Amino acid sequence: MARTLGGAVVALKKPRRSVLPWLSALGLATFLGAWIAASSGSHTNALILPSPLAVLETFARLTHEKFANYTLQEHLASSLLRFTLGFAAAATIGVPLGLAMGWYRYLDYIVSPLFEAVRFIAPIAWVPFAVLWFGTGIGGPILIIFAGAFPPCLINAYRGARHVDRKLIEAAQTLGANDRRIIFNVLLPASLPAIIAGLRIGAGLGWQSLIGAELIVVSAGVGYLMVQGESNLNTSIVMAGMIAIGLVGAAIDVTLRFIEQRISAHRGAA
Amino acid sequence: MSERSRFAAGSIVAVAVLWVVATSLTHLVSPGRFPDPVSVFAAAAQIGAGQGYAGGTIWRHIGSSVSLVLLGFAVAAATGVPLGLAMGSSRRIEAFVNPAFLLVRPIPPLAWIPLAIVWFGLGSTAKIFVVWFAAFVPALINTYTGVRNIDPTLVAAARVHGANSAQVLRHVIVPGSLPMIFGGLRLSLQASWTTLVAAELVGAVYGLGHVLTVASIDIYPGMIFYAMVWVAILGAAMTSALAWLERSAAPWLR
Repeated sequence: MARTLGGAVVALKKPRRSVLPWLSALGLATFLGAWIAASSGSHTNALILPSPLAVLETFARLTHEKFANYTLQEHLASSLLRFTLGFAAAATIGVPLGLAMGWYRYLDYIVSPLFEAVRFIAPIAWVPFAVLWFGTGIGGPILIIFAGAFPPCLINAYRGARHVDRKLIEAAQTLGANDRRIIFNVLLPASLPAIIAGLRIGAGLGWQSLIGAELIVVSAGVGYLMVQGESNLNTSIVMAGMIAIGLVGAAIDVTLRFIEQRISAHRGAA
Repeated sequence: MSERSRFAAGSIVAVAVLWVVATSLTHLVSPGRFPDPVSVFAAAAQIGAGQGYAGGTIWRHIGSSVSLVLLGFAVAAATGVPLGLAMGSSRRIEAFVNPAFLLVRPIPPLAWIPLAIVWFGLGSTAKIFVVWFAAFVPALINTYTGVRNIDPTLVAAARVHGANSAQVLRHVIVPGSLPMIFGGLRLSLQASWTTLVAAELVGAVYGLGHVLTVASIDIYPGMIFYAMVWVAILGAAMTSALAWLERSAAPWLR
């Protein structure tokens, strides 16, 4: 092991790049080969671990055939609606509150201890209260997404606001800006990179909290589709659901990353 | 006492008073929606001794949850960190492992729960599996990034002075990437805890998540609240234990 590592350290300096794509292809082939090998053999194997092709087939079939009352797109649509509402609530409350806490010292002193006390509760542990307060339809899951996405939104906006160059703030104050103008015209733009990074983390945690919530309480959505697949011992449906969740999660991340790059490119140009 | 801690104390006392006023004194919030302090204490007393609640006392549930999370986390650290070191040190190993890793990585750990149940049932194995996956990904990514960020001059300097591969690994690569490794382990531990609680909520025989499920079915807000308090306490305790471990393992980082 150490020998390989050491040899590799030397290789770092002059990697023979032409070898690497082949190694990647080999790695992918090994992964898929092991999967196919494990899924073939007996009928039971295919039930427990369907082959990649069978999973893709199921994925395609779910787009036009209803399972657990809806097609895959309809499940995804209801998941995305919940996600959008919960994430929007977390961002619209978390970011301004974080900025305000970064600006008003006393607000920081008052809110921080409460936030610290609640922050360590795993978002998914809110499920029982979410159900009790808002039901299993749309309100309950939204609270759980909110619980997942809110802390990073708040923390990053707060840190961003705290790290703004004092000179910018003092310049604005000298020019007679009031608190409101400082928050919106100085703190907000200056901490935008931190805020967007927080939104990205929040979106990831929110999306995964949503899946957790759907596994437990709701009657539509990708998580629910997977639970139904699980109780029918239909592994290919469970795995198709995992693919859908992975794709949507990646798409959300790519979108926010794109916005992040646009903003930093814009700032670089300005 | 600093101004900050005076405000913190005031803020927490204010919320506690508000809680008592809104529930016990004025009944503005119905006890079926949010528990008053008395019913939380009653729940604590009920689950703390004797028959307990949801199959055992709180200590039994805590023991079950904590041992599963630590086991899954330990397996993840023992697999993720070495693989991250290997992928960081060797472009060939990275090229070989990366495609499979990239396929699996976007799937959130919670989405593995149904698959784990189909494969392993509702017992401990399924939970250790999902906790392992939740913790494995951040441990690997951060270790890898830590190794990649090591100044190549340091490695070259060690080599020039005659260090062999094992010595480079032991004295340059591991200490150099330790801050990132611990950063990754912290994320891993948080992800492990969330995932375990979720897995227990989906189906379990013991554990805090199971207490939450049973309390939810019984519509027992006092017990829900008490179990959530323990979820928070244990989450915070494990995070600070890891911070302590980080300070003792890498004392040169402040």
